[in-house]
Amino acid sequence: MSPETLPLHAPLPPLGESQRATVDAAIAAHQSCEGPLLPILHAVQEALGYVPPACLPRIAHALNLSRAEVHGVVSFYHHFRSTPPGRQVLALCRAEACQSVGARALETHIRSRWGIDFGETSADGAVTLEAVYCLGNCACGPSAFIDGKLVGRLTPERIDALLASRERP
Amino acid sequence: MSVTVYVPRDASAVSVGADEVASAIAREAARRGESIRLRRNGSRGLAWLEPLVEVETPQGRLAYGPVATADVPALFDAGFLSGAAHTLALGPVDAIPALRRQQRVTAARLGQDEGDNLAAYVATGGYAGLRRALAMSPVDVVAEVTGSGLRGRGGAAFPTGIKWKTCAEAAGTQKYIVANADEGDSGTFADRLLMEGDPYSLIEGMTIAAYAVGASRGYIYLRIEYPHAQQMLLSALAHARAAGWLGPSIGGTDFGFELEVRMAAGAYVCGEETALLESLEGKRGQVRFKPPLPAHVGLFGKPTVVNNVVTLATVPWILANGATAYRELGTGNSRGTALLQLAGNIRHGGLYEVPFGMSLRELLYDIGGGTLSGRPIRAVQIGGPLGAYLAEKHFDTALDYESLAANGGLLGHGGIVVFDDSVDMAEQARFAMEFCAAESCGKCTPCRIGSVRGMEVIDRLRAGDVAQETLLRDLCDTLLNGSLCALGGMTPYPVLSALDHFPDDFRRTETSR
Ligand SMILES: Cc1cc2nc3c(=O)[nH]c(=O)nc-3n(C[C@H](O)[C@H](O)[C@H](O)COP(=O)(O)O)c2cc1C
Ligand code: SF4
Ligand code: FES
Repeated sequence: MSPETLPLHAPLPPLGESQRATVDAAIAAHQSCEGPLLPILHAVQEALGYVPPACLPRIAHALNLSRAEVHGVVSFYHHFRSTPPGRQVLALCRAEACQSVGARALETHIRSRWGIDFGETSADGAVTLEAVYCLGNCACGPSAFIDGKLVGRLTPERIDALLASRERP
Repeated sequence: MSVTVYVPRDASAVSVGADEVASAIAREAARRGESIRLRRNGSRGLAWLEPLVEVETPQGRLAYGPVATADVPALFDAGFLSGAAHTLALGPVDAIPALRRQQRVTAARLGQDEGDNLAAYVATGGYAGLRRALAMSPVDVVAEVTGSGLRGRGGAAFPTGIKWKTCAEAAGTQKYIVANADEGDSGTFADRLLMEGDPYSLIEGMTIAAYAVGASRGYIYLRIEYPHAQQMLLSALAHARAAGWLGPSIGGTDFGFELEVRMAAGAYVCGEETALLESLEGKRGQVRFKPPLPAHVGLFGKPTVVNNVVTLATVPWILANGATAYRELGTGNSRGTALLQLAGNIRHGGLYEVPFGMSLRELLYDIGGGTLSGRPIRAVQIGGPLGAYLAEKHFDTALDYESLAANGGLLGHGGIVVFDDSVDMAEQARFAMEFCAAESCGKCTPCRIGSVRGMEVIDRLRAGDVAQETLLRDLCDTLLNGSLCALGGMTPYPVLSALDHFPDDFRRTETSR
């Protein structure tokens, strides 16, 4: 569930012991820099794969902000996730240069092959599909990040092969 | 004797297998007992030839490309280490026509060496600009930049010298230099190529800017989509600091400057300079009303210069070679060179640095080689997602600020995206509205709501309700006049240009599609 669909009164899933340690380490590492909120959120997402909603009060408290302010920032930026991603993340470029060399066909392929739309994770938890707009690889498109690795000149077959080769048994 | 082999490490080359090619070359050389020195240079910007492998020979650097892992044994068999012929051989790299036709100023070092090789940077004239600047007064440095005619390359094309002067004259002891490395436009990658292939030019440019306006700190606001650039910048910053080019007393003077990389988080609007500052401060990236200008009240309320990466990376050349040398390039009020980025459905996509004024047709056909698909070019979008779509009848337009504006277009950051005749322009117009809806910062109603309504109106128009065209034009008018920033204010450009130049695409009924 995205933060937008979480009922306001619902209790947050609690932060586990190790998650709390990660969040505290991220706060400690960046708290003293100018404008520390984004660096902290990046550090949390890098370590945990997402920004658990339950960590927002901790960050808010450390930075002397309200929880709503921190939530407002997390939800504003496309990069931050509030739920854990699937085992692999396919971030497909949807912008114009990639469109002109077949990105729309790739979208259709992924929708039917994996049964997911943008922002969704396949039922088996294998793949999360995300939309991105331009990766600066516009002359070697269509492009995507597959688990953070930039790939270009994509075809449906190449996407399937890349996902299959990275899926651990 | 060991042979030097270059395999680019730039994100594009890596995205099409450069790392694998580099390992294959190392493995094959070891297997054959050949001694090679593998160097990972930046990209020369010839994207369609990536991975572009170069070999250092007595005849100079010879190029082979695009090289796939499977080609490596055959290249060794043919004797590519001594520059022998092969079907992938391209001859001396400097003689490749697409490079020879260019006039490289800002991008001169691209692809020559490892981006973070500080010794190579200095050996090719790096830091000469800063040295000269430090021997001048800050006022004279600003005057030099003003005299060069340099205009910002981020999109708005505002004269850089005037922006610096405003900040230099602003009251306050703490000032900032911010590099806008958000490069969000589709079809643009010049900032990325520079940061990956020649990061010191940006660092030196920011240092000169800091000296000129009296700033002590700087930030590079880098988009999260550029992890390769991030690594390269961090490495280059560490080297520059260790060599005394950053820190408390630069070049033995009492001028000090600290510089940091900050990662963005995937919001297009944060490329707008005031939204960028909000984001750097740790807030939602919402656009600020102007005035006050960032040069007066910028980051954390302090006077701040925000410049694009290409703008800043051009400054060292101007200081080293003089304002006049730069001014003499170009045409009219568009001085110097343009870093044009040719992308999308084009055979020879890549970065081309040319003096302003080349015609679009020359770029598309003579240099670009027509479409990748081999079909006719139908539409070209210039200047990113907010840029107009141009049709065949505009192809003789010169690529400079004024000529494009006269044709209802804009150069923006120099991104040129090509579409063949399979494109549905109504679909592209709808996408422009969809993009605006997805990326709106939410501050103004026309942008936030109008873009969503825009998609609906286009859907109805495409379904055959021709009366919706008037409504769409009205809506565009509201966006154009009622938006605070160019995201809402320019989304009508792609929409209306698609409607004006390709009306048939909007009048097909569902059944005729
Ligand atoms: C919606 C929007 C997005 C922008 N994106 C960028 C960008 O990605 N990079 C950039 O340098 N300028 C961008 N700009 C322009 C900046 O606001 C600003 O004019 C520029 O960074 C100033 O630097 P310059 O004078 O060197 O061009 C954008 C403007 C708008 C309105
Ligand atoms: S036009 Fe759109 S992006 Fe720009 S300030 Fe208004 S709402 Fe924000
Ligand atoms: S448009 Fe897809 S990488 Fe730029």
